[in-house]
Amino acid sequence: MPHENSYHIEAAGGGAVTLVLTGRMDLERFGELAGLIGAVFDTHNPSKLNVDMGGVTYLDSAGALFIVELEDEARRRSVVFELSGLSREKMGILSLIDRDAMTKPSLAPRERRMNIVEQLGAASLAAVRDVYDIISFSGELICELGYSLMHLQKVRWGDVVSYMKKVGVDGLPIVGLISFLLGLIMAFMSSLQLKQFGANIYVASLVAVAMVRELGPIMTAIIVAGRSGSAFAAEIGTMKVNEEVDALATMGFSPMRFLSVPKVIASLLTVPVLTVFASIFAIMGGLIVGVLGLNLTIFTYIQQTMKAISIFDIVSGLVKSVIFAAAISAVGCQRGFKVRGGAEAVGNATTSAVVTSIFLIIVIDSTFAIILHYIH
Amino acid sequence: MNNTEPVIRVEDLTVRYGSNTVLKDVNFEVWPGEIFVIMGGSGCGKSTLLKHVIGIETPAKGNIWINGTDTSTLDDRELGKLHMGIGMLFQSSALFGSMTIGENVALPLTEFTGLPMKDIESIVKMKLGMVELAGYDNHYPSELSGGMKKRAGIARAMALDPAMLFLDEPSAGLDPVTSAELDVLIRKLNEGTGTTMVIVTHELETIFNISHRIIMLDRDAKGVIAEGDPRVLRTDSDDPRVTDFFNRRVTEKKSKGMTT
Repeated sequence: MPHENSYHIEAAGGGAVTLVLTGRMDLERFGELAGLIGAVFDTHNPSKLNVDMGGVTYLDSAGALFIVELEDEARRRSVVFELSGLSREKMGILSLIDRDAMTKPSLAPRERRMNIVEQLGAASLAAVRDVYDIISFSGELICELGYSLMHLQKVRWGDVVSYMKKVGVDGLPIVGLISFLLGLIMAFMSSLQLKQFGANIYVASLVAVAMVRELGPIMTAIIVAGRSGSAFAAEIGTMKVNEEVDALATMGFSPMRFLSVPKVIASLLTVPVLTVFASIFAIMGGLIVGVLGLNLTIFTYIQQTMKAISIFDIVSGLVKSVIFAAAISAVGCQRGFKVRGGAEAVGNATTSAVVTSIFLIIVIDSTFAIILHYIH
Repeated sequence: MNNTEPVIRVEDLTVRYGSNTVLKDVNFEVWPGEIFVIMGGSGCGKSTLLKHVIGIETPAKGNIWINGTDTSTLDDRELGKLHMGIGMLFQSSALFGSMTIGENVALPLTEFTGLPMKDIESIVKMKLGMVELAGYDNHYPSELSGGMKKRAGIARAMALDPAMLFLDEPSAGLDPVTSAELDVLIRKLNEGTGTTMVIVTHELETIFNISHRIIMLDRDAKGVIAEGDPRVLRTDSDDPRVTDFFNRRVTEKKSKGMTT
């Protein structure tokens, strides 16, 4: 007859109590069994406890742990403890439990949670350290770029072309689509206001100037930061985790020159081109609204666009995009090289690369706005 | 040992990746409580076979029964339930780096049992004690040595007291002493808990120290070339591929092109 999972307590004379356990004593039953310890000692207050395990059909380590905890409790209360009905297999599991391990304190105490002031201080110190790291990395990168310019044959041009494809060609569809929609929305929204004054033609000027001077470089940079800056950080970070960066160093290569220089050169060459495409696509979006919604001719729209933008706008937009490219690629590489540990650190580096790049893009753009105001 | 039903039965298992056949018509059985080793040279499909047995990958042909259930008939939910009854130690230990060792071991307990935290902490301490890592519950995996990571991996794999434990190259990357200590631990856990253990390895020391029975795979044969007690096979096998492997001899074919 199969034994049911149950127990009963038999109280004999003289404070002797027998706990009869039957069925499976496993992890599934551990909660029920753990609650039994209080019931046995508090309700019956035994002077001697015998645990009869003859009816136990299966004992795993959780069941064995219950027996150990029961015995410990009996010892604490100075109760005589006996086990009966133990087979060789059950003895085997019980013998695996290291009683000293159960009470051994942690060798590394849990870290104390910092209070808000300490957190603020730690975050400030981390930010200062981060700025220092980025500046020193940028200095090293500039030296390596300088060296590469002096020794063009040492640049890994194959990698440069490959990254140009990844950053530029592969990024063009998303840059094009977003810019096109941006131009379309800008033209549509502005046309609703300008129509009231009969100034339909200025929709073309608004879209062109906004995109070429500001939004084209910024939108392209943000998309490149999300696509490629994060990819650079993840690639180098994973190489760090897999000790590939250490392997490069031990083989006599400069990891910075080997890994960062091709990415930076590729970004410097492709991001300005992407920016030009972004402006063209946005102007096309505006053109569609102008022709279909404002009854302008294609020729009129393009003529007004050409009239609105100056060489200075184009050059300033392109110079900005070059600076953005340098910042995005440098931050992506720096975050990758900073990775210590495993998969989580790579994830953190990727997130940090995107967030820092976008922050830098806004800072650089603001700085440019002030400088251009004074020199133009 | 053979007086009950096998816990694992593999029948005519064939594994293909595209047009490349890795394993062809592999058959074997694993019995309750035994330490069963899948061995063979590099690239013979040991780890691939293990991944198919535990249901991570689907075979091109053949069937695998775990505790009498044909795994090919199970949907994802049922397979997930089956996975709860088995433990796996990965070659890299695969401990979660963002969690402490205690949290790694506690993870299956918090997810799959409704036990209160106090009981889970007791079980975690017991498991860490069983693998001789008492006191390391607040350490992170990055703070442990290779051998300690393997022990922690075993503690996590055994958190739910599985009936079967799969170990992929447990001694990979360990020094001989640490490797021997791990062998002793595996043997102790097998004898104490009665857990069936399936181990993939090519370490001869480990094979002779702990296995009850082995199958040997061969890359050219794409299947099993020997089955039985390794201590007997080492001396009594008629197959030179088997005796050469056990006695660390380079076969004539492999030595072609080598100069002295």
